[in-house]
Amino acid sequence: MTDLFSKFDPLIAMRSDLLATGVTDPFSLVMERVISPTVAVCNGRETILLGTYNYMGMTFDPDVIAAGKQALDDFGAGTTGSRCLNGTYAGHKAVEAALCDFYAMDHAMVFSTGYQANLGIISTVAGKGDYIILDIDSHASIWDGCKMGDAEVVPFKHNDIEAMEKRLRRVPEGAGILVVLEGVYSMMGDIAPLKEMITIAKKYGAMVLVDEAHSMGFIGPNGRGVAEDQGVLDQVDFVIGTFSKSVGTVGGFCVSNHPKFEILRLVCRPYVFTASLPPSVVATAAVSIGKLKQGAAKRAHLWENSRTLHAGLKALGFQLGTETPQSAIISVIMPDLERGAGMWEALLHEGLYVNLARPPATPANMTLLRCSLCAEHSAEQVQTIIGMFERAGKLAGII
Amino acid sequence: MTRATTEATIAALIEPFNKKEIAITDASTFAGDLEFDSLTVMDFVAAIEDEFDIIISMNQQAEIETYGQLVDAVVKLRG
Repeated sequence: MTDLFSKFDPLIAMRSDLLATGVTDPFSLVMERVISPTVAVCNGRETILLGTYNYMGMTFDPDVIAAGKQALDDFGAGTTGSRCLNGTYAGHKAVEAALCDFYAMDHAMVFSTGYQANLGIISTVAGKGDYIILDIDSHASIWDGCKMGDAEVVPFKHNDIEAMEKRLRRVPEGAGILVVLEGVYSMMGDIAPLKEMITIAKKYGAMVLVDEAHSMGFIGPNGRGVAEDQGVLDQVDFVIGTFSKSVGTVGGFCVSNHPKFEILRLVCRPYVFTASLPPSVVATAAVSIGKLKQGAAKRAHLWENSRTLHAGLKALGFQLGTETPQSAIISVIMPDLERGAGMWEALLHEGLYVNLARPPATPANMTLLRCSLCAEHSAEQVQTIIGMFERAGKLAGII
Repeated sequence: MTRATTEATIAALIEPFNKKEIAITDASTFAGDLEFDSLTVMDFVAAIEDEFDIIISMNQQAEIETYGQLVDAVVKLRG
């Protein structure tokens, strides 16, 4: 008998080699207690969180929590059904209305996760004979959406406008085209030149989907994302987003002005064939989205944090993913997985949690320590973080 | 353009990617014999696409395992 698991042997070996060095397993950390959006207890130690997607710190907002508790009381723990059958409650309609209001768009469709939103929209919208032109560094959920559908899939080099245009130019006459881009690429924390790319995509008659998962709430004058910031949101056909980052809970969505958009509720399988979000989740999301709209002061503080940390780490001599701070993600490039894990552990001992990202999630097989800032990190906390990086970086031999 | 001239152009394009200077035949596999990883594949495919002004989609790439299959695919895509 062939063991179906033998294909995982290289990964099992890589993992046991890493753990054999005595390093704490970076992929099985448990948060024993969560004190605030920026502090938790891990391994019995109070730890500053610098590796969550809680950009706007909404997880402990009192209004958000009150709305969730009320919905639990009023509507119960779960819907036990599909959005198309018994799983659409008043709260699901309310959160979709909140999204239409937030983005100033006509339609919003809420999925159970952000992963499913990409999976569902991409696989359904682009069909047989159509072409998907996408950035090679796209998120796994975008790739999986491509794989699930029947369209021809054509990647181009990351953020390379010319490479994208060449591929658009070669698409056979008359074929439908979906261009898939992200506002912020979450591994390096860099943004896309959406203005240039979307202008070109439209020149070739393509529809455009932009994943704004890592920009919602704090990029753009109204927090609508990179497309808004670059003045091209009106040319985006589909914005994909999530509730599990700035919104502070879980769920995914697509907003659009397409006049036929509502038909997707009947034909999009990851929307139809799964249970809808619990009432408490959609209630917290709706309140959080309403508050994000008013979050100008928080947005400004988050940018300040991002600039301070980027400048501080750069001055210490760390190699960063971007030359300038472009988002709330600051990626620190490690020489290899072993030293990256060592640095990660040294930071944890200092009382700081960051994400250790490694291939295949990362571009160009890099090992990254990914730092994501929160609007609730105080200026003092950011200085403390820089001090921790200095000590850990020297201990681990990175700087 | 004949298969032979297409093959000659591809042979020149693959040279910088064939770091171990492995002798290539039609039966050489990209993943196995040439040890191309996903990044090398992307750059190599882009070079072929640009040279011949064609698209080789991921779907088509999945069907191409050997050098010979690539040459045949390019000949076909060039029409």
